[in-house]
Amino acid sequence: MITKENMRILAKSMIALDTIEMVLENKYISQTALPGQFLHIFLEGKTLRRPISIADIDKEMGTVTILFKVVGSGTKQLASYEPGREIDVLGPSGNGFQITEEDSTVLLIGGGIGVPPMYYLGKTLAKQNKKVISILGFQTKANVFYEEKFNQLGYTFIVTNDGSYGEKGFVTDVFHKVGDFDRYYSCGPLPMLKTVTNELNGKPGFISLEERMGCGVGACFACVIPSKDDKGYKKICSDGPVFDAREVSL
Amino acid sequence: MNKLAVNLPGLHLKNPIMPASGCFGFGREYSEFYDLSKLGAIMMKAATAEMRFGNGTPRVAETTAGMLNAIGLQNPGVKEIIENEVPFLANFDTNIIANIAGSTIEEYEMVAKMFNETNDVHALELNISCPNVKEGGIQFGTDPKMAAKVTSVVKEASNLPVYVKLSPNVPDITRMAKAVEEAGADGLSMINTLTGMQIDLRSKRPLLANKTGGLSGPAIKPVAIRMIYEVKQHVSIPIIGMGGVNTAEDVLEFLLAGASAVAVGTANFANPFVCSEIIDELPETLKKYGFDTALDAVGKAVME
Ligand SMILES: Cc1cc2nc3c(=O)[nH]c(=O)nc-3n(C[C@H](O)[C@H](O)[C@H](O)COP(=O)(O)OP(=O)(O)OC[C@H]3O[C@@H](n4cnc5c(N)ncnc54)[C@H](O)[C@@H]3O)c2cc1C
Ligand SMILES: Cc1cc2nc3c(=O)[nH]c(=O)nc-3n(C[C@H](O)[C@H](O)[C@H](O)COP(=O)(O)O)c2cc1C
Ligand code: FES
Repeated sequence: MITKENMRILAKSMIALDTIEMVLENKYISQTALPGQFLHIFLEGKTLRRPISIADIDKEMGTVTILFKVVGSGTKQLASYEPGREIDVLGPSGNGFQITEEDSTVLLIGGGIGVPPMYYLGKTLAKQNKKVISILGFQTKANVFYEEKFNQLGYTFIVTNDGSYGEKGFVTDVFHKVGDFDRYYSCGPLPMLKTVTNELNGKPGFISLEERMGCGVGACFACVIPSKDDKGYKKICSDGPVFDAREVSL
Repeated sequence: MNKLAVNLPGLHLKNPIMPASGCFGFGREYSEFYDLSKLGAIMMKAATAEMRFGNGTPRVAETTAGMLNAIGLQNPGVKEIIENEVPFLANFDTNIIANIAGSTIEEYEMVAKMFNETNDVHALELNISCPNVKEGGIQFGTDPKMAAKVTSVVKEASNLPVYVKLSPNVPDITRMAKAVEEAGADGLSMINTLTGMQIDLRSKRPLLANKTGGLSGPAIKPVAIRMIYEVKQHVSIPIIGMGGVNTAEDVLEFLLAGASAVAVGTANFANPFVCSEIIDELPETLKKYGFDTALDAVGKAVME
């Protein structure tokens, strides 16, 4: 259940170009959040909260890690907050990734700032002794983060659009090297998700979507996406952000 | 005696605070944060005759001290709302105000009739001011004759008190207010959003899929206050005020300008508890500024 919580910033560091890792302390969210859920963060002076995915959780320490890129005034403001400060958060928000017990091999496909939710998911899957293969796409070398951490979960391909690091191209360009898998999970920019779901058409998979949000709790209809069921739409904030790749129309 | 109580046509409000239409859905989500029985009333999301899917996304954009929205009246249709949403809200000890939108007079009439047949709706709010739909909506809100016509048709179609929600996107708001008062409106609700636009610097195109959107939030509060202050001097029906309310002080400002009750919209997004917190703070705020009851403050800025 979503509640309004204060989270204390324990640590902050720059892990790649304009990309911040922030460790937040909160008992309720760290104990209840699932991979794929997000935090809806209040920033002083802003009309709307900012949705940021949960990238990692340490239940014992009671901490939640977020990774975000500074792209506008809100993320810039959040990046300026120092450890010790408390932030007001609604969470855990949305529905996380469904994990299927029988799966033995899973493929994670993250693009840019869609990589963060893949990490806590991969960690959770690896703990269940599933073989985790990851493909992480970034624009350029300076944007790459968490390569080491994903390597610890399983074989990891790094792809950069300009070829400055790892393989050159898009995440889909390494699909032929992956081999067989039971299910894929993906988060990233919409064009990437479109090609991923097209190329893996027929494979069971879950994708995490982004949209500009108002309420973040399912009340305002800001974040809808057409779906293939009778209702004809889903709300990304409350029905998602994670969807079965086959149930929504991208 | 309850110092916050306010009586309006069809509405016995335990306090003058209610969430504004479209910013609270049908209450379900916010009922997980606090007991909705605490609210004076709830203004439901707009209902149309048939289900509407609404506009493309992005549907919202943040602005300085506010936001733009172009939801496009997405709703499941009046039948579904009466079957599934009204019964849920009826579980709470509060007043239900049904917000009606339409593209034709017949549509307003039909939706009003359907709400009239339920026992749980206490009043109708006629949204003749939605800037985000192609046809209807805004025309009813900018032409006094059309506004009067739709008001009298809806009055005829139902026994429920009718609050007409005025658009600020007009040169003379008083003229609109007087037109609907003469046509039989029981009250006014004001203001709806101001039409605006944001251009995305990266794509160099309007950011919202609908291109234009309705501006809400603190940025429009002075416009709302001015319009209520003006209208209050020329009509005798009560006004439910809204536009950028965030605090109990804001509520008092609306009461002074002439509103008898106040709706809170956009502020629910940043703080889901905002209505509840305002209700808690209001008695102290009234006292601080020398008022014993909420009613004592209504229209004080206009009268003195
Ligand atoms: C479910 C979800 C999870 C996300 N997880 C992450 C994450 O883990 N790390 C990360 O860096 N980013 C993530 N994002 C994107 C992040 O929310 C935006 O980058 C951020 O809101 C931009 O805010 P700003 O004020 O810096 O930018 P501005 O452009 O100034 O923001 C203006 C408005 O647009 C909204 N907005 C702008 N870009 C986006 C976007 N891509 N998605 C949704 N709203 C947007 C903002 O919230 C704000 O309301 C996620 C988005 C969603 C929907
Ligand atoms: C996301 C959103 C959706 C809205 N939907 C409706 C609606 O369906 N019907 C209506 O009459 N007004 C609607 N409004 C207008 C509000 O009810 C209110 O009049 C306006 O936002 C000003 O108040 P505020 O500044 O407190 O939000 C909507 C506003 C927002 C922000
Ligand atoms: S952001 Fe309001 S419904 Fe999703």
